[in-house]
Amino acid sequence: MPLLDTDGWAKILGGAEVTVRLVFLSALLGTVIGVLGGVASGARVRPLRWLVRIYVELFRGVSALILLFWAAFALPQIFGINLSTTQAAVLALGTNMGAYATELARGAIQAVGRGQTEAAIAINLSFYQRIRHVILPQAFITMLPPYGNLLIEVLKASALVSLLPGVNDITREAQVMRINRGRIGESSFDIFMAALIVYLVLAQVISFAVRAAELRLSKGMDVGRATRRMVK
Amino acid sequence: MIGVLVAVSSSVTVLAGRDPRDFDAPAPGAWDWGFAIDIVPFMVEGLVVTIQATLLGITIALVLGLVLAILRRSPRRLISWPVATFIEVIRSTPLLIQLFFLFFVLPDVTDGSIQFSPLTTGVIGLAIHYGTYTSESYRAGIENVATGQWEGATAINLSTTQTWRHVVLPQAVPTVIPALGNYVVAMFKDAPLLTAITVGELLAQAKALQGVWFRGMEPFTVAGVLFLVVSIPAAIGVRHLETRYGYERE
Repeated sequence: MPLLDTDGWAKILGGAEVTVRLVFLSALLGTVIGVLGGVASGARVRPLRWLVRIYVELFRGVSALILLFWAAFALPQIFGINLSTTQAAVLALGTNMGAYATELARGAIQAVGRGQTEAAIAINLSFYQRIRHVILPQAFITMLPPYGNLLIEVLKASALVSLLPGVNDITREAQVMRINRGRIGESSFDIFMAALIVYLVLAQVISFAVRAAELRLSKGMDVGRATRRMVK
Repeated sequence: MIGVLVAVSSSVTVLAGRDPRDFDAPAPGAWDWGFAIDIVPFMVEGLVVTIQATLLGITIALVLGLVLAILRRSPRRLISWPVATFIEVIRSTPLLIQLFFLFFVLPDVTDGSIQFSPLTTGVIGLAIHYGTYTSESYRAGIENVATGQWEGATAINLSTTQTWRHVVLPQAVPTVIPALGNYVVAMFKDAPLLTAITVGELLAQAKALQGVWFRGMEPFTVAGVLFLVVSIPAAIGVRHLETRYGYERE
C-alpha cells in the first residue's frame, strides 16, 4: 500500500480499531436511547413525553464537541466521579446520537399505519406485544436509511475525541504522526490522506451494511427496499 | 525541531481580548456560582467568534453548494464525475480531518506560500463541508422542477444560462429553503471544532479558563448553556420556515 510505510499503516489501522470500537459502543447507546425515546414519544403519560422532548431539544441543540468536553471535564467534577476518556466519549457521542435517533424512531413509528395499532388492539395484543411484534418491525425498516446516515455522522463525530487526551483513534494517530513527521520521514499530506481513506472505507462499509440490512428485514413486508425492488 | 515548534504553536490558542487569569479565584471543591457568572462575558466573546464563523461559512456554503449542484448535473462526465466523487468524499469523512488538510497540509505542500489565518481556514473548511451538504439539497430541488420546464425553455430558444437563471433556479431554490436553514444550525454546532486549529471561539475560551483555574465544570457548563441559548431559538426559527414553505412542496 502506498502513501505510508508498513509502520505508518499499522498505526493508522490500530487507530481504526479504536475508532470502530468507539463508534460501536456509542451507536449501541444511541440506538437503545433512540428506540426507548421513540416509543416513549407516543406514550399516553404526558410528563414522560415532556421528558423526552426536553432531552431531545437539549442534546440535539448542543454541539457534540461541547458535549464531549462537558462529559470529560465538567461531569466528573460536578458529580465527583471518575470517568475514563473513552467512557466520557461514549457517553457524549451516545447521548448526542440518541437525541437524533429518538426523532427518527418517533417519525418511523408514526409512519406505521393507524390500522396496525387498531388491529393489534382488536386481536387483544398487550402494549408490549403490539410494540414488539407489530409496530417496531415495520418502523425499523422505514428508519434504516436515515439511521445509516446517522451512523456515518457518529463515525465522523468520533474524530472529535482526538482533541481529548487518552484515546488513540485514527485522527489522533494521524496528528501524532504529523508532529513527528520529520523524524519518521512521512509527509503530512500522505498521513492525512491515509486517515481520510480509512474513514471513507469505514463509511462505505456502514452504508453497505445498512442497505443489506434493509433488504433483508423488508422481505415479505409492505415497506422498504425488497418491496421497492419487486414493484419495479 | 520544526515538528516541536508546530506542536507548541498549535497548542497556544489565540484568544479574543480578555485575559483568562483576570478573575477572582473560584472556591475550591463545589460548584461556584460567582465564578460561573463572572466568566459569562469572557465566554460570550468566544460565542461571538463562533457565530461569526458560522455566518461567514454558511454564506459561502450556500453559493458553493449551488455551483456544485449545477456542475454535478453537467452533461460532461469529465465535470460531473469528479464533482460527484468530491461531494461523496467530503460528506463521508470528518470535518476535523478536512480542517487539518487546510491548516497543516496546504502550507506543507505549497512550501508555506499558502497559509491562511486560523479563522479563515475554519470558515473555508466549514464552507466546503457544508457546501457539499447544501448541494445535495439544491439537487433535490432542481430534480423536482418538471422536465417540461426544460423542454419549454429549449422550445423558446433560451440558452443554458438563461434556462438556469430564469426558469429552473427560481422554481428550485424556494423549495429547499427549510433544508438550507437546518444546515445553518448544523454548521453552528460544528463551529466549535475550529478550536482544534487555534481559533479563539467559545470552546477555546472555556479551555483557556480550565487551563488557568483547573476547573472544568463552570466553563464547560456555561459554554453548553450559552450554546443552547443560541441554537434552540435558531432551530425553532427553522421549524417555522418549514411550516411556512412546506406547503409549496409538491
